[in-house]
Formats: sequence, C-alpha cells, structure tokens
Amino acid sequence: MQIYLPIAEVSVNAFLLLGVGGLVGILSGMFGVGGGFLITPLLFLAGIPPAVAVATSANQIVASSVSALMAHLRRRTVDMRMGSVLLVGGLIGSALGVFLFNMLKALGQVDLLVKLCYVVFLGTVGGLMLWESINAMLRARRTGRAATRRKHNWVHNLPIKMKFRVSGLYISVLPPLMVGLLVGVLAAIMGVGGGFIMVPAMIYLLGMPTKVVVGTSLFQIIFVTAFTTMLHATTNYTVDMVLALLLIFGGVIGAQFGTRIGARLKAEQLRILLAILVLAVCAQLAFELALRPSELFTLEPLAARR
Amino acid sequence: MIRLLLAIIFWAGAVQAEEIVMSLSQDEVAITTVFDGSDILIYGAIKRDRPTQDLAPLEVVISVSGPLQPVIVRHKERRFGIWVNTSAVTVDAAPSFYAVASTGPLPDVLSETEDLRHSVSIGRAIRSVGADVMNSSDYSEALIRIRAGDDLYQRRDSNVDFDEETLFSTSISLPANLVEGDYPTRIFLTRDKEVVDRYDTVIHVQKVGLERWLYNLSRQQPMVYGFLSLLIAVAAGWSASAAFAMLRR
Repeated sequence: MQIYLPIAEVSVNAFLLLGVGGLVGILSGMFGVGGGFLITPLLFLAGIPPAVAVATSANQIVASSVSALMAHLRRRTVDMRMGSVLLVGGLIGSALGVFLFNMLKALGQVDLLVKLCYVVFLGTVGGLMLWESINAMLRARRTGRAATRRKHNWVHNLPIKMKFRVSGLYISVLPPLMVGLLVGVLAAIMGVGGGFIMVPAMIYLLGMPTKVVVGTSLFQIIFVTAFTTMLHATTNYTVDMVLALLLIFGGVIGAQFGTRIGARLKAEQLRILLAILVLAVCAQLAFELALRPSELFTLEPLAARR
Repeated sequence: MIRLLLAIIFWAGAVQAEEIVMSLSQDEVAITTVFDGSDILIYGAIKRDRPTQDLAPLEVVISVSGPLQPVIVRHKERRFGIWVNTSAVTVDAAPSFYAVASTGPLPDVLSETEDLRHSVSIGRAIRSVGADVMNSSDYSEALIRIRAGDDLYQRRDSNVDFDEETLFSTSISLPANLVEGDYPTRIFLTRDKEVVDRYDTVIHVQKVGLERWLYNLSRQQPMVYGFLSLLIAVAAGWSASAAFAMLRR
C-alpha cells in the first residue's frame, strides 16, 4: 500500500516503513540503543530525503524509547539519579554539538565528517565491546561463573562523590557528566540518540551493572531526542508526522518484543550481539566510502521557489 | 465534441492561419494520503481559416514542467582511498518534473533555434535558467540522468497522436513523488521545424485534506507541530507498553 508523506513529499510503501520501525524497535528494546544509527540509513534506502529521515527518526526514537523505558521501570532497572546526571551533561553537550555542526556545515564536507565519525566510533566501540565480551565469556567458562567486573581505576578517585543506589556505585559525578557531555556532542553531530556510545561507556568507564545500563540510557535518550525533534521541527521543518506515525507503530510493538528477548539473554551474550551489530553497520559505511559509487554525482534540491 | 470543434474550426475568425484549441482531462491534481501518481490527458484541435494542402505537415510538441527549484549537484572523487565530494555546481532553477512529448522525434519537428527560443527540450529547460559555470554541462547532464532515472524527466518522442492534422492528444503520467505547485503546460504547433502557434496553460498540483493541514501546521506553527509530534510519540510508546503489560497478566 503506497502512502504519500506530506513533508517528505514522496510516496512510499506503508508496510516497508512499518517493517523498518519494527526492526529498529526490537533492537531498541534489546540493547537500549535508540536505533538512530540504523533507522536513518534504512530510511535513505527507502527513498526518504536525508534531512527528513534524520529529523523524523529522532521523533520515532522518542516513542520506542518511552515504550521500552516503561518496561524497564516496571522491572526497576532504571537509575534515575544517574540518568539525570547524564542528562545534564547531555543537554549541554548537544547545544555545543549543534554549534559545532553549523561550523562544519559552513566549511562544507559535513556529510563526509558525519560518515567518518560513524566509522571511527562504531568501529572503536564495537571492537572493544566484542573483545571484552569474548574475554569475559572465556573467563566465565573457565571459572564456571560470570566474572565480576568491579575494578577500581582513576574514575573512582575523583572528588564530588555521590551515591547511585540502583547502580550500587559511590563515585564522583564528574565522570557521568563528562560521558553525558561527550555523547551529547556526538549525538548532535551524528543525528542519533547516542545509546551505542553511552551503553559501553557506562559499563566500562563507570562500572555500572549491564541490567541497569539499558534502562538508564533509554531515560537519557528520550530527553535528548525530544530536544532534537523540537530543534528540527522549528528550524528546518523536516519532521514528517505521517512517516513518524508509521515508524512509531512498528517501533513500539517491536520494542516490547525486544525487551522480552533482552531479559532472557545473558548479559555477555547481549553485549556480543550488540558488538556484532555495531561492527556490521560500521563495515557497511566504510565500504560505502571506499568503493567507487555507481553514480559520481548527487543532487540536493534546495527549498522550492513558489 | 467533434461537432463542437468543427464548428469552432469553421466559424471562428482568426488572425493566424492555424491556431491551437486545447483541453485537459483535469487541470487540478489533488495529492491525498493514498496519492500514487496521476495520468493527465492533454487533447485539442487545430483551428484553421484557409486550406493548407500544399504546405509541409504540421507537428505538435507538448511540454509539462514542475515548479523550478535550485539544486546543488555534487561530484565525488577519490581522495586518500575514499570517495569525497570535491566540487559542486548550483543549478539556479531546474524543474522538479519535466515531460516533453511530440508527434515525431524531437529534432525532426523542432529546430535548434526554436528550441533555444522556447526552451523546449529537457536540456534547454534547465540550461536556459541555470547558472553557466565551467564545464557545467557535466553537472546538468548528471542532473538530467539522475532525474530521468527517477522518471521525473521524461522525453516521449512520437507519443502524441495527431489525426488528420487536426485532432491531437497525449497522456502525461505524473509520478507519485510530486512537488506541490503550478505546472506550466505548453503546446507548440510547428511546420518545417518552425513554431507557428503556441498555447500556454497551467495544471495546479496541491495537497488536500490531512496532507494540506499537516503541511500548513508544520510551516505556520512549527512549535505546535513539534509538540504534537512529541505528544503522539510519548502517547504511542506509553500505550503500547501498557497494552503489553495487560496482555502479560
């Protein structure tokens, strides 16, 4: 069934969009990533103009994250305190990021920089996660039970300590603030929620338990993507409500299934799967940059003169 | 219908020897939520006030153009092992859609000079208004190639039916990814590749109903539109979660 999107001004198959939403929803529920790094390239493939794809996926991420967060709230796997600290850093970071983005835009080549950012960050994060998870699994097999990862590093020696009861941590607020800030900057530049960077940062840098990490990252993502949606809606007019509705419908259902699958898998397995997914997207983007494109020219229509 | 046309042909007094009388199957295209492209029939007749037996045959060229938009055409080159946008040309105004149909192969029915004067062929329709930059022809050719691949630029030679050099008709198919606006439609009557008459009209393409409402809201009250989008998102997420929690019990 073809459906005409009022803002994107293209006609697309409705079931295709529902499927894209559903797929990303499942991943969102399983891993606590917003799915922006997946949904945006998928929408490009479906023929949606890039500007609309980026803005509308932010709107869809709000919905699927709310749906997944509710499930996590019921299981009490959200550290509100940690989430709020991350959010403060995140909002400052995204404001900084928007400023940086506009500067890069003025210099041109913003597309390339965004893609390179994706390749570098997805590659590093995915590689590290895969390496760590395989090691942890091997260790667990040798000793017979999952190894505890309560290491003390420089992070635990910083001032302004705060108790995060849900995470079972007593650490300084500075590292979470910095993580939030960094993720905010990257989120604004790359047009994603930033979950795929925040989740590993929370596990490896802050030493939070994996079960709490997903819900807490969802909590932060909701606010950052809502902020991004408003920014796009008021400055570029590129949020397509009909497109968002279709993606949301598929997404909220997918997210519920995703949370249930995630609850059944072991933490180490969950991390290996996320690592493989992140690396696959990274490889796809790297190939795109390295292979000769079939069409060397690209078109970018500007606002119509009416 | 034909009787009416014949009446016009015989009675109307005209300054020109031959004149175009035309009509459209619809002069308005409404874009609804389920819009999936539209076919428009363009038809009409030639009105003449004296016999034309010993003259060269008449030909008809019809063009339909979408609203003009500026377009940036970027070119990629290999730098440090990856493909990078190295240069760009801004075409000041290219039609978002362009179809040109004719009774015969376009070069056989319209001379270069006339094409230049009236900007009929696809290449002319862009170049006539676009910026001329160094080897910009590569860029405008790329623009035409990409849009032709998307069915947005159509060249339909020998696609106009022309009976007895009097009644003509053709069908133009507008694709699903239409841009809103006025679509100038032109009909040229040619003899010996020279234009003897020209007729201009407009097809209005616009969104209606929900499409119209959402579009206007997003432009006129972006804050309200943004909050509405977020409200829908939060409500959908919440209710889906609640529904699944109910099912589990």
